[in-house]
Amino acid sequence: MSGPMTGPMTGGTAVVRLDGVGKTFQLADGSSTVALSGIDLSIGRGEFVSLIGPSGCGKSTLLRLIGDLTHPSTGSVTVNGKSATQARLGRDYGMVFQAPVLFEWRTVEDNVKLPLELSGMERAERSSRADEMLALVDLVDFARHHPYQLSGGMQQRVAIARALAFAPDILLMDEPFGALDEMTRERMNSEVLRIWEQTGITVVFVTHSIPEAVFLSSRVVVMSPRPGRITRVVDIDLPRPRGFDTRENRRYFELVTEVREALRGSDLSSASDGRLEAEGTIG
Amino acid sequence: MSRFRRTVRHYLPALIVAVAGIGLWEGLIRALQVRSFFLPAPTAIMTALFENWDTGRQIFPAAQTTLYEAAGGLVIGTVLGVAVAFLVGRFATVRDAILPLAIAVNAIPIVAFAPLANNWFGTLSPYSKMAIAGALVFFPIMINVLRGLTQVDAASLELMRSYAASDRTVLAKVRIPNALPFFLTGLKVGTTLALIGAVVGEYFGGLNVALGRVVVESASALAFEVTWAAILVTAVTGIAMYLLVAGVERLAIPWHPSVRGEQIV
Repeated sequence: MSGPMTGPMTGGTAVVRLDGVGKTFQLADGSSTVALSGIDLSIGRGEFVSLIGPSGCGKSTLLRLIGDLTHPSTGSVTVNGKSATQARLGRDYGMVFQAPVLFEWRTVEDNVKLPLELSGMERAERSSRADEMLALVDLVDFARHHPYQLSGGMQQRVAIARALAFAPDILLMDEPFGALDEMTRERMNSEVLRIWEQTGITVVFVTHSIPEAVFLSSRVVVMSPRPGRITRVVDIDLPRPRGFDTRENRRYFELVTEVREALRGSDLSSASDGRLEAEGTIG
Repeated sequence: MSRFRRTVRHYLPALIVAVAGIGLWEGLIRALQVRSFFLPAPTAIMTALFENWDTGRQIFPAAQTTLYEAAGGLVIGTVLGVAVAFLVGRFATVRDAILPLAIAVNAIPIVAFAPLANNWFGTLSPYSKMAIAGALVFFPIMINVLRGLTQVDAASLELMRSYAASDRTVLAKVRIPNALPFFLTGLKVGTTLALIGAVVGEYFGGLNVALGRVVVESASALAFEVTWAAILVTAVTGIAMYLLVAGVERLAIPWHPSVRGEQIV
């Protein structure tokens, strides 16, 4: 497997490119809120980039802009040299949300097959591909179960298997482990890293958790609210493969501190504005 | 075996209460010498039922007639309800035109139209009863299916959007499966309403061999044991229809919170 190397990939072809991106939401009372302003960011092939910041900093909105679930008010989003819309229609994205968003009427296996059905894959091929993905997230024994029979962590693993099923170019993850307990979250982090190393996929990962961002990423993008903007990008030069030892590494603590200080500098004093992220959802 | 025992244990308390209640009823009627026009004893009702099963008032053929009318009304109301729900869910203009009217019409006590339905479709025709039953069934089916089609998790729609799925695909893969439990809930309500519609339609005239007619005519002939026997058979018919739909529900949506691991009633 040609897995990603240590450290950030710089100078390679940009998979995601944001130029002067801004997003303004019109609120119901006629006023408007600037959710994002002046965002420039380039993400290289095979990178693992985390977006971190306080609530209301627009990190989820930024992810949704990349995934074409919402459109920028200013600037441009380019994905694999195409517009975000073309990339979405070309099925370049796999998405994992905070909730697993599994269809309860489908078995685990059939949930994973859903995107394959939509892309018109042959039945036999769908089955073997779903088996492969369930093996990747270690859920082969639960193929015939329904989602309600699985724990939260297992459900989120199904969601990851589904997102990866049609081998998308980019995996967009919006606080995927935010609802899980700390132990499960750490296990899931290792799982995601293993999958990333095996597949070489580009990952954009939104999180509230500093340790999670540092442990996973090749770069951590620190954001601040009102208006949402990038205040700092921290290169994470921890050696790979990362595992249990990484979390006890001195460099790990230094980087956690660095990100934490970058966050403190990014104006935490102003209370978060939950409306921003709520406004981002498309009905 | 263990499943059988679990089932028995589940229904045993209800069975005991029912038997005790009937025993108490019989005992009180005899002890207090209650007149039959007020309340006949269970044994008297059962005797009347056997004597009028397929002779006399012909309760069994009457039940078949009423069941036929109720089932016909259920089918008509369900087909129309589902069709309108899809139209209303699909086209916003149709929704604006139809939904307020449908809600207003639903506020009218539809059974009050039973005499008119007899005029329109023929007093002796089963179709006049099906019309009333169908009108009663229509609304809960339509509203429930519409809810199921439109009240879809926003994140599910975003997921489908990220797969570049068309509206038709979203309908087939998300909205229709999502609507299935809603539809079955509406159908369970509908079974009861269909039977009410058929029986009330019969009150206002129709062939004599029908449960509503047996109730009306036996009561006016002061044969109250027969009236009660007919009511009993109506209740059993309603319960049977309900259980049939509940059974279909268990087979159709075993994954749904309302069904999984639960007894039917």
